[in-house]
Amino acid sequence: MAPTRAAAQSAPARRIRVLVATRKGLWMLNSDAARNGWKIAGPQFLGHVVHHAVCDPRDRKSLLVAARTGHLGPTVFRSTDSGRTWKEATRPPAFAEGSGRVVDHTFWLTPGHASEPGVWYAGTSPQGLFRSADGGATWDGVAGFNANPQRKAWCGGDQDGTPDGPKMHSILIDPRDPAHMYIGMSSGGVFETGDAGANWRPLNKGVRADFLPEPTPEYGHDPHCVCYAESLPDRLYQQNHCGIFRLDRPSETWQDIGAAMPKSVGYVGFPIVVHPRDPDSIWVLPMDGTSVWPRTSPAGRPALYRSRDGGQTWKRQDRGLPRAQAWWTVKRQAMTADRREPIGLYVGTTSGEVWASRDEGRTFRCLARHLPLIQALEVA
Amino acid sequence: MTASASREAATVVRVRIPSPLRSYTGANEVAVAIPVLAPELPPTIGGVLAALDSAYPGIRFRIVDEQRKLRPHIKLFVGGRLTRNLADPLDSASEVMIVAALSGG
Repeated sequence: MAPTRAAAQSAPARRIRVLVATRKGLWMLNSDAARNGWKIAGPQFLGHVVHHAVCDPRDRKSLLVAARTGHLGPTVFRSTDSGRTWKEATRPPAFAEGSGRVVDHTFWLTPGHASEPGVWYAGTSPQGLFRSADGGATWDGVAGFNANPQRKAWCGGDQDGTPDGPKMHSILIDPRDPAHMYIGMSSGGVFETGDAGANWRPLNKGVRADFLPEPTPEYGHDPHCVCYAESLPDRLYQQNHCGIFRLDRPSETWQDIGAAMPKSVGYVGFPIVVHPRDPDSIWVLPMDGTSVWPRTSPAGRPALYRSRDGGQTWKRQDRGLPRAQAWWTVKRQAMTADRREPIGLYVGTTSGEVWASRDEGRTFRCLARHLPLIQALEVA
Repeated sequence: MTASASREAATVVRVRIPSPLRSYTGANEVAVAIPVLAPELPPTIGGVLAALDSAYPGIRFRIVDEQRKLRPHIKLFVGGRLTRNLADPLDSASEVMIVAALSGG
């Protein structure tokens, strides 16, 4: 598949805004044109657990925020003026009455296809898929998933899954076809639809699930983060609980690309980022997955690992990052890239720091400290 | 403040609002009018919350989930009596207090 036209072009130099979604509210980091000087703005929604904040790339001024508080139910806030003013969704994502299921929080937000302005998708905890056709004001369940008789077999019970609740994440829409989508679920695995969500099929061949009695099941896997290459949408990557994998469609079998990581570091982590113009360039941020799974930087020395050849080889990138005693955890939504040339990378930690590189990971510097636990970073 | 009014028979209920929900009401206490459909059908707690949501859209879903259950960290006192049952009648009580128990750090 040839690279898509939009992805083949680098974005013109412009100021970068990074949306910082935290356990206690939303902040924004705003750069100068050189991405050298940064100013922080916020908080907004102070006290809310903000799981994801996303800017609509179709208009660059609409923002959605998935929020809840410790005691109040989940909701979605939306802005059409780059975050100056906000309105709450009049019908946030919620399961059908009588289904017995309750949305604990909206975990993931994805703007719809470029041909469908106003369309957004949301993934929830526990696993549910929702669609809005009005810019996030009202949300409806995608019945082909939420009411699918196989859903419980795919995902397990609503009380199963990760410590913070089972999640639907990584809602990926094929830039060539709005009806073709992928989703990732922890747990559940990767699934695909070709008919806008009416029907779903598992897509997990080759991926290990060594925490299950059958280590190569059809579904039930734990992909932590899934992404596709904008410049080659048939190339998918996933950082999984059990390794790092790559899939080149139309193949249905993922290739293990984590085996080439240094054994002392391992192949466990949460986020994975692919270069917007180079489908062979990817970054992961390894976490300690030994013994009781500390999920911190291995040996307290955080680093990104970059591959330029689609995962065959990896190179450590840690210049500027702490050299020792930095026990980071970086959540699956908390590493992202901008589209500048060279691209910038942004990493948010559970200890409230934002680290950035404007040279594709060669050097890093800290942009912000002392924020609450960072759930997600997105470039606006 | 009366948030809604009806020419039909109605019971006016004062609702005390905890701070996490005052972004909806702008006040720590509001009054809502609950229609009385028939003497044998007294207003319920659920009716109070429905009336509250009519006046302040979105507030109900923050405290009641899609299965009509009170969210875990919310408590309701009706005339000083704790209840979690939205079908409970108001009886003669004229005050509902919503308590949002702080949870987590």
